[in-house]
Amino acid sequence: MTYRDLPGFVEEKEAFGETTVTIEPARIRDASEAARDALGFQMLVDIVATDYLGWGSQGVSGYIATATGRDINFPSTQGLQTLPSLKPKRFSIAYHLLAMRQPAERVRLKCWVDDGELVPSVVSVWPTADWHEREQFDLMGIRFEGHPNLARLIMDDDWEGHPLRKDYPIGGEPVRFSEAQ
Amino acid sequence: MSVAGERTRAARVWPVVHDAQYEGSRIPSPIPTALQLPEELLESDDVLRVNFGPNHPSTHGVLRLIVDLDGESVVGLSAVIGYLHTGFEKSMEQKTWWKCVTYPERIDYVGFQNNELTFVLAVEKLLALEVPEKATWMRALLSELSRLHSHLVYLGTSALELGAISMFWYCFRERETILDLFEMVTGQRMHTRYFQIGGLAEDIPEGFYPECRKFVEWMPHALDDYLALLDRNAIWLERTKGVGVLSANDAIALGQTGPNLRASGVDWDLRRDQPYLTYDQIDFQVPVYANGDVYDRYRVRMDEMRESTRIVDQCLRRLERLRGRPWIADDRKVVLPPREELHTSMESLIHHFKIVTEGFRVPEGEVYVATESPRGEQGCYLVSEGGPKPWRVHFRAPSFAALEATATCVHETLVADLIAIVGSLDAVMGDTDR
Repeated sequence: MTYRDLPGFVEEKEAFGETTVTIEPARIRDASEAARDALGFQMLVDIVATDYLGWGSQGVSGYIATATGRDINFPSTQGLQTLPSLKPKRFSIAYHLLAMRQPAERVRLKCWVDDGELVPSVVSVWPTADWHEREQFDLMGIRFEGHPNLARLIMDDDWEGHPLRKDYPIGGEPVRFSEAQ
Repeated sequence: MSVAGERTRAARVWPVVHDAQYEGSRIPSPIPTALQLPEELLESDDVLRVNFGPNHPSTHGVLRLIVDLDGESVVGLSAVIGYLHTGFEKSMEQKTWWKCVTYPERIDYVGFQNNELTFVLAVEKLLALEVPEKATWMRALLSELSRLHSHLVYLGTSALELGAISMFWYCFRERETILDLFEMVTGQRMHTRYFQIGGLAEDIPEGFYPECRKFVEWMPHALDDYLALLDRNAIWLERTKGVGVLSANDAIALGQTGPNLRASGVDWDLRRDQPYLTYDQIDFQVPVYANGDVYDRYRVRMDEMRESTRIVDQCLRRLERLRGRPWIADDRKVVLPPREELHTSMESLIHHFKIVTEGFRVPEGEVYVATESPRGEQGCYLVSEGGPKPWRVHFRAPSFAALEATATCVHETLVADLIAIVGSLDAVMGDTDR
């Protein structure tokens, strides 16, 4: 069995020596189970969601600092040398899996969701996903369907908003001045 | 220096965890991350709900446990975390790449050097930056010193909680020596910011070599002292053996890594199985114990300290032969130019100005880099837009996963053992909450 045979397979990409397999969000639980049982990825290492709101919309200037990719004859290029590739939806959820064998193997399952879209929970596949999913719900507002206790984990229970979202204000703590009373 | 040649290892078959193994297992709840009691039992007078923490000396930071007690035995447990959440991941998104280096150390403030290493390695992976040999060996050395530091804090505090007060003084004596070594190299005792993107911040001072050599020669004797104090101590054995058992399958399903996993009989160490830095050229053993109880977790860490001392020794021998070699990459788009050049070279001044004000840009992409921190797999997930600031930073915290296993470990134990178990999982709350 290869990554292509995973349920809900969309595409497989290789970058920086890491494999990313994109899965349809609705099939992520089935794909996880297949990855665990048929491909031998026993351990779920991490679940991390990323908010791509505003991705690639900022023009920046300066050097592209890479060991290989920069061109020192053209410093201070206005704007990015290459624009970041567009993302299909606002949020990505990455599941980092580890196969404990020789040689060690890692894969990143990835699915793309919009705000409010439900993602099947993988707690029944890996119990460790419990807290990881709660954390991503808490900080990023991803809703996992079928999670036994999708409550806030890091922030207070009555906290409003999801702090790691890009539209969450920085330093947005309301300050009451003495004159206003 | 003994450099390991071709290490041959027997093929191993790993247990694959199936759902069925959790059906009707010893954990009553559908998932073993919280012990839940039936409502009618909770209402009865037999069960007492106790709030444990968040400010309690034995909770290793601000961990809150809600414990249901039936007499002395723990029948229900749920952990409440987040009291030390400081929003590191959000803060790092607002800083340029080179300013971010200060943050990871403060996430896990006991194994600080390993966190810094993980972040720096991840950025270097995105940049495809070559790091000089000397910096790589020094990073391995300091990471191992940091591991020793972390395990000493574990050993001292865990023993203290079980009444072995003298252990605390002995462990903190050696810890002090390690912090002195850090101070000598980096100018800081903790949170050193010594690893830079591209190498090290400064050259290794000449006085470090003899001092570190003295430490390497002393440390095995100190470890013998600890063993003499603890390993035949009837109270210590009584309190740790057979307590807080975590099976290999449970450990894998709960995402345990590092010493907690190896104490459950799973032979897995990223330094050996997915080598980074120079660990493939270093000769060391990976201690594995099979019982998965508090005692085995203690033994794994004790043996790891001995191995870490050997690794420090090997790194030191290698570094002594690398005197005078460069300690940071010569890539002026990423690395600050040497201070003295700023007075003579216009080009260096421009580079310095650009890096300090705007920061350098890191190519677009995403990476996940994992290293073996004192607590297990410390991962760093980075997303770059191609700009001077990270788009997303996420740390995979081994303590976070370790605390998930608390409920599984404390099932059907006494409340006094809860202290021993939480201590043995060695969770650092800064790491858990980030």
